[in-house]
Amino acid sequence: MKTISYIITDELGIHARPAGMIAKLAKGYKSEIKIGTSNKMADASRVIGIMSLCMKQGDEIIVTVDGEDEGEAAEAISALLKDNL
Amino acid sequence: MKIQGKSASGGIAVARVRYVAKREPIKKLIVSDPDKEIQRFDIARNQAADQLAQLVISTRATLGEENSKLFEIHQMMLEDLDYLDAITSKLQEEKVCAEYAVQETAEEFVSMFAQLNDDYMKARAADIRDISERLLDILTDRISHVFDTNEPVIMAAEDFVPSQTARFDRSKVLGLITKGGSENSHTAIFARTMGIPAVIGLKESLTEVWDGQLAAVDGSTGEVILNPDEQETAEFQKRKQKELFQKNELETLRGKPTITKNGKTIKLYANIGCVADAAVAMENDAEGIGLFRSEFLYLESQDYPTEEVQFKAYKAVAETLAGRPVIIRTLDIGADKQAAYFDLEEEENPAMGMRAIRICLTRPEVFKTQLRAIYRASAYGRLMIMFPMITSLWELRKGKSIASQVREELRQEGIAYDSDLPIGIMIETPAAAVISDLLAQEADFFSLGTNDLTQYTLAVDRQNHSLEQFCDTHHDAVLRLIRITVENAHKNGIWAGICGELAADSELLKFFLEIGVDELSVAPSQVLGLRKKIVELNL
Repeated sequence: MKTISYIITDELGIHARPAGMIAKLAKGYKSEIKIGTSNKMADASRVIGIMSLCMKQGDEIIVTVDGEDEGEAAEAISALLKDNL
Repeated sequence: MKIQGKSASGGIAVARVRYVAKREPIKKLIVSDPDKEIQRFDIARNQAADQLAQLVISTRATLGEENSKLFEIHQMMLEDLDYLDAITSKLQEEKVCAEYAVQETAEEFVSMFAQLNDDYMKARAADIRDISERLLDILTDRISHVFDTNEPVIMAAEDFVPSQTARFDRSKVLGLITKGGSENSHTAIFARTMGIPAVIGLKESLTEVWDGQLAAVDGSTGEVILNPDEQETAEFQKRKQKELFQKNELETLRGKPTITKNGKTIKLYANIGCVADAAVAMENDAEGIGLFRSEFLYLESQDYPTEEVQFKAYKAVAETLAGRPVIIRTLDIGADKQAAYFDLEEEENPAMGMRAIRICLTRPEVFKTQLRAIYRASAYGRLMIMFPMITSLWELRKGKSIASQVREELRQEGIAYDSDLPIGIMIETPAAAVISDLLAQEADFFSLGTNDLTQYTLAVDRQNHSLEQFCDTHHDAVLRLIRITVENAHKNGIWAGICGELAADSELLKFFLEIGVDELSVAPSQVLGLRKKIVELNL
């Protein structure tokens, strides 16, 4: 299992568009990908679930990736977070 | 009767109310064949997805790229597994009809969003409602003709979902009033974009009884008067006149020279980012195009745009401007603007990396294609070329020498072009500003790109919002560089303009005119407003 932690710098936080991007990306991998904070995690392939976490600028988000393609998936998610959030 | 709501979009409207009643709640119906309902739902879902794909395209055309993105989010929500699972589990386990399953799921998700401790996410409840209404319309075969109208109306409802607002015909829908709603909702944003006055949050005062009655709406103050008396009608007409007057006052400046009270003339141009913007610039009476961002041709394309594609775009803009000057900024890709087929290496520090003129000088074949297209189009209007991101004299020289090769080729091929086409540069790096005395001897004009100039001078990444307090666009260092650049331009007999965001900064307008800036280039919608400020100025 791989774990990524990332602090959101985007002032809007994880709003609808980035949530959609994350879900789209997560759907493309076999690994089970979860996203959230230390309090609550959600399935990263579900856009509404991600949005309902209300993650804001300055929040630390945690992503866990578990499965056969976890290395590749973690790298892709990590790049997406860096580029968009 | 006068009711106070919340302002959502400014403007005055007086017309009869069309109250759009809420859909009757769907009754719970247990079916004998749940598989059939699952099938009905799947068909409806596919149809809804097709409609949304269409809506994204049509909204892009009417309300712009940014606003159309909302419906891309609707597309994603319609594919969301939580939403779909909730519906299918109702169909399978409770054996209810598809309409009821959608209605109940919508309620669950709407209340989930409404409970979130975040205004932005609260407003997303409208998106759930929107996609669910769409599914229900399809399932119940309801044709949305309630929104079609032949006479001017004020549309009223509990709330409108964004996809309804996006479809309103602005010549018929004079105003919007709702019981609920939020000023940050897309319905409010769309109303502002379309220029439709809107008042929201009228609560229980607004009922179906209003249907067919006369109402006066002031979108700026949030006042709504039902059945206004003579005095009230007169008052609203007065406000409407005032609004028109303000608009007309700008209108009177159309076709007028941009000249200060003490007789200083300045060129007032517009920035554009695509061919269609050229017509908007003309509608707003821009005296020319101060910045035509050519990168849209590259960003919208899957591969390098051909000379022919580019030629057509430049020619169309040259012709639309009918002899007014058009400054085309050559390829400005890299940093925050990426096109995959360029295959640029990933960089640690892209703002200082392979971008703009640096790509052009490294890949002269790409640059030549663009220059050939511009020169060919120059036979159809008054074009100028502007190189971005210049830091050294040799870059300007190399760029000019490639341009001269292109001219020579065209001459030999017997293709028409403007042999006097001016070549200028963007001054957007501190280096260029500091050596502007040298650059001015070889460039035909300067245009200050204040966004990048600020970022590079202050060493502040303008994409990083947490640095806002350090990004002082009025910083003396930036203003001094602007002054030096303008002075050096004039000493060498060339003109200098500003095409960055600062050009529209009313606090700096006086400063710009005093130091002798020759041209300001702003968004098309800002042209007449800026002209008004300039003609009122006495230096």
